[in-house]
Amino acid sequence: MSTQREQRSDLVATRSRLPKRELTLFVALLVAVLGVYAAMGTAYSTRMLVEAACYAILALGLTIQWGYAGQFNAGVMGFVALGGFSAMFFSVPVNEAFWSSELPGELGLGLLYLALAILAVFATSRLDRLGVPRKLRTLITIALAVVLYLVVMSELRVVTEEIHSRVDFIGGLGLPAWTGWIVGGALAGGIGYFIGKVCLGLRSDYLAIATLGIAEIIKAFLKNSEWLTRGTATVSPLPWPTPGPAEVGFTLARALYLSLTAVLIAAIFFLLHRAYHAPWGRMIRAIRDNETSAAAMGKDINRRRLEIFVLGCILMGIGGGVLGSFNSLFDPQGYLPLNHTFLVLVMVILGGPGNNLGTIFGAVAVYIIWIMSEPLALFLMHSAVDIGQAMFGWDAPGNLDSRALQARVFVIGLLITLVLRFAPKGLLPEKVKHHD
Amino acid sequence: MNELVFFINNVVIAGSVSGSIYAIGAVGVTLVFSIMRFAHFAHADMMTFGAFMVLLLTTLFPTAGSAVGLPTAVVMLPLAMALTAALAVGIDRSFYKPLRAHGVKPIVMVIGSLGVTLMLQGLIRLFAGTSGQSLYVDDRKEIFRLALPFEGARAPIVITEPQIILFVLTIAAVVGLHVFLTRSRLGKAMRAMSDNPDLAQASGINTNLIVAVTWVIAGGLAAIAGTLLSLDVTFKPDLSFFILLPIFAAAIVGGVGHPFGAIAGGFMVGFAETLAVFNWSVLLRPFGDSLPEWLAQSGNLAFVGTEYKIVVPFFILVAILVWRPTGIFKGKVI
Amino acid sequence: MPLLDARDVHGGYGGMNILNGVNMAIEADEIGVIVGPNGAGKSTMLKAIFGLLAVNQGEILLRGEPIHNLPANKLVQKGMGFIPQEKNIFPSLTVKENLEMGAFLKPHNTRRMLKRIYEFFPPLYDKRHQPSGELSGGQRQMVAMGRALMAEPDLLLLDEPTAGLSPLYMNEIFERVKEINAAGVGILMVEQNAKQALAIADKGFVLAAGQNRFTDTGEALLADPEVAKSFLGG
Repeated sequence: MSTQREQRSDLVATRSRLPKRELTLFVALLVAVLGVYAAMGTAYSTRMLVEAACYAILALGLTIQWGYAGQFNAGVMGFVALGGFSAMFFSVPVNEAFWSSELPGELGLGLLYLALAILAVFATSRLDRLGVPRKLRTLITIALAVVLYLVVMSELRVVTEEIHSRVDFIGGLGLPAWTGWIVGGALAGGIGYFIGKVCLGLRSDYLAIATLGIAEIIKAFLKNSEWLTRGTATVSPLPWPTPGPAEVGFTLARALYLSLTAVLIAAIFFLLHRAYHAPWGRMIRAIRDNETSAAAMGKDINRRRLEIFVLGCILMGIGGGVLGSFNSLFDPQGYLPLNHTFLVLVMVILGGPGNNLGTIFGAVAVYIIWIMSEPLALFLMHSAVDIGQAMFGWDAPGNLDSRALQARVFVIGLLITLVLRFAPKGLLPEKVKHHD
Repeated sequence: MNELVFFINNVVIAGSVSGSIYAIGAVGVTLVFSIMRFAHFAHADMMTFGAFMVLLLTTLFPTAGSAVGLPTAVVMLPLAMALTAALAVGIDRSFYKPLRAHGVKPIVMVIGSLGVTLMLQGLIRLFAGTSGQSLYVDDRKEIFRLALPFEGARAPIVITEPQIILFVLTIAAVVGLHVFLTRSRLGKAMRAMSDNPDLAQASGINTNLIVAVTWVIAGGLAAIAGTLLSLDVTFKPDLSFFILLPIFAAAIVGGVGHPFGAIAGGFMVGFAETLAVFNWSVLLRPFGDSLPEWLAQSGNLAFVGTEYKIVVPFFILVAILVWRPTGIFKGKVI
Repeated sequence: MPLLDARDVHGGYGGMNILNGVNMAIEADEIGVIVGPNGAGKSTMLKAIFGLLAVNQGEILLRGEPIHNLPANKLVQKGMGFIPQEKNIFPSLTVKENLEMGAFLKPHNTRRMLKRIYEFFPPLYDKRHQPSGELSGGQRQMVAMGRALMAEPDLLLLDEPTAGLSPLYMNEIFERVKEINAAGVGILMVEQNAKQALAIADKGFVLAAGQNRFTDTGEALLADPEVAKSFLGG
């Protein structure tokens, strides 16, 4: 009885609070989008919208980690890159030269050795059950792990170098791109599980440090594994799941891709909305808001935290896959902490952490600003140089354009600190309902 | 014998070099951690800023060093330290203090410090560009070759002038810090505040003063570490995330809040890195005949390639978080 | 003029008042003791006096000068010392360093005061170079009291100094409090061991629900059958 009444009062409160702010902001956003269309043409603007939509998926992933659960992931880039890699690996055509040689067998053997080595190390780590003293067991395990690691790695190195020199790289699987997106999400979730398992019971700072590290490691791996990703040589084009520009023209192809991402976002949005209002979502927020009392009520905090962290990483992997396919280019060096971690962070904290609608708003708005700030920064820099030359005879250094773009790094940083200070709940704050 | 020299050059010296740099960096991080209770992500860019100040001053006064017989960069270091310390205090006043006053969670401070990181990066790159530059503007890097008085030792031990300066400065910084923390009134108050901030306040310790002192020390040490790093190789504006991970790993391994643990951690991470990228097959070569074939044949027996160097601090970080999250010397801030 | 004069103090955490009009006055040579049931606002009152808590209404005067909502380090300068109930030492600092921190604002006094504290608490002298975290509970309490005395306060606030101590140490601490008071320091302390505390009190304040219930001399409160029935466990 009482629950029913509470729910009803929620509804009333929500209805009366809902429209104004959201409406104003989204109308402003619509005007901005139309402005870009008018100024930059349809093909360019649609491309921008698709990218913004991909970023919205990433931002949703971060908003559930940061907004729902207070976990700060400083390595979004790594999960995005994993998604991009997976999209590339699954969708790129099969490399016949590789599969028709004896190399797949050798690679398989190498991977088998790796699996066996892992199994052997794992088995030794259980030696204490057979009565071996624990210290001795640890010593044996470490020694065995070191030796086996060296052996397997030198074996694998030979095979992978062979692959790279003879057939360039192992190529893809020639499957539809969406398979890659799903697997990308799974890969990202797997890495997220590992990181979360290590860090989530500890101070929240440690998670930030560890995610920052894993992102750089993933990037280093993708960059240096030429046999798998062609490294700095990059892979392109990546096939789209929708008809490509060659078939239907730029604008229509991008519009189709945009509708696909829009459907994807709508699905994610709906599922998150359901989860947020389900008991599971309430529990997550209870843990965020008051850890001690949540623990006292017998909630398994670390398990819930791990679930939410992995879920966020999965979304980032999927978003990275969608973005990678759309770019139609896999370039490990193109993944930058600034573009793929901090931009997403700004979207989330500006839009409203924990509020999915706000996050999507933030993603689109910030992306438009980000894209438009590039010509703006160049324009400002050039004007400054002109003035400098005219008035003081100042001779500008040569690499001016790249420096002007660096100024945007400063602006992003300033934006983060200012939002944290003056609008810590974002433009569309999460609506926390009080049941008291 | 030549193999031993190779080992000394590539492991003992190289490990001590990166170990010293990490140690000095990690001390700053751990001090900030223990006073303000958050992981300060902008520390690596404070290092870069310090080195950039040295570069700027050295370009302005290229001949100042020859007067005292040291590289100009080293002569300019105290000034750069002061500037970096001022920057650190300024950043705290304008960005961290308002957040603290709001009583935000530590993780929000972390995000704030990431914002500061980006601002510093943007500024430094705006003025310094993105390419590497040598801090030796007008003088030459001295390289000392110490021939060993042994039969058959053809290769000399190689040590460069900046490396010697680095060791001297590291020792000076460590001794200075120890004296400051255990003898001076402010140093003891810093330790007191790291132990128990509420009681420190109740004892009449001016916590704002201690916070400022902490930033001055952290900034000064960051300038030293950044300059030493740039002297050893070159000044690069964009290595912040690559230096951040080993520094945090060092601080956590040493037990967060323990300056001397951070120094030990720094050397541990530094040596672990160099040992991991060291090609062990060189040492095995003299025993080539008596080894199993697969071992003798492989030309490269490094644990990880240099391109994967960053894996090492990460591995150490994960291992310590799994095995003993408080660090080897039990940390105060958990 | 009373040393400490709190009038109609309202205050609490985050907008919720725990104190609903508390009055308290003690003279410079007195021991004041605050007793009362759990949640009565005893420790909260002490924190409000020491500026660790917002005072929303009423005033607190030290020698006639308003001090409410001043930061703690200012209050130390004005001659007030505070010993929290828990976490009242710097565990990784040595005993001597702990004491030195007490004299942070009066560094020129350090040497003279150290000597006096060591005379007052001889066990601390023997352990002066030991990290205080390694000491026993009673010795830690001595360190905490010593630290607060280093600043030569006129008024010392103690929050349950005997909590968790064995009866032997408890008596020792009460003796020490009396001695400190005899040396000219006004005392205001919160105590759970109400009977013993009131026995040494010049003034007793019985709080309940954030308000004064009884205020009288310690002796009178101990003798009052109503106080005994409701607050001293019969």
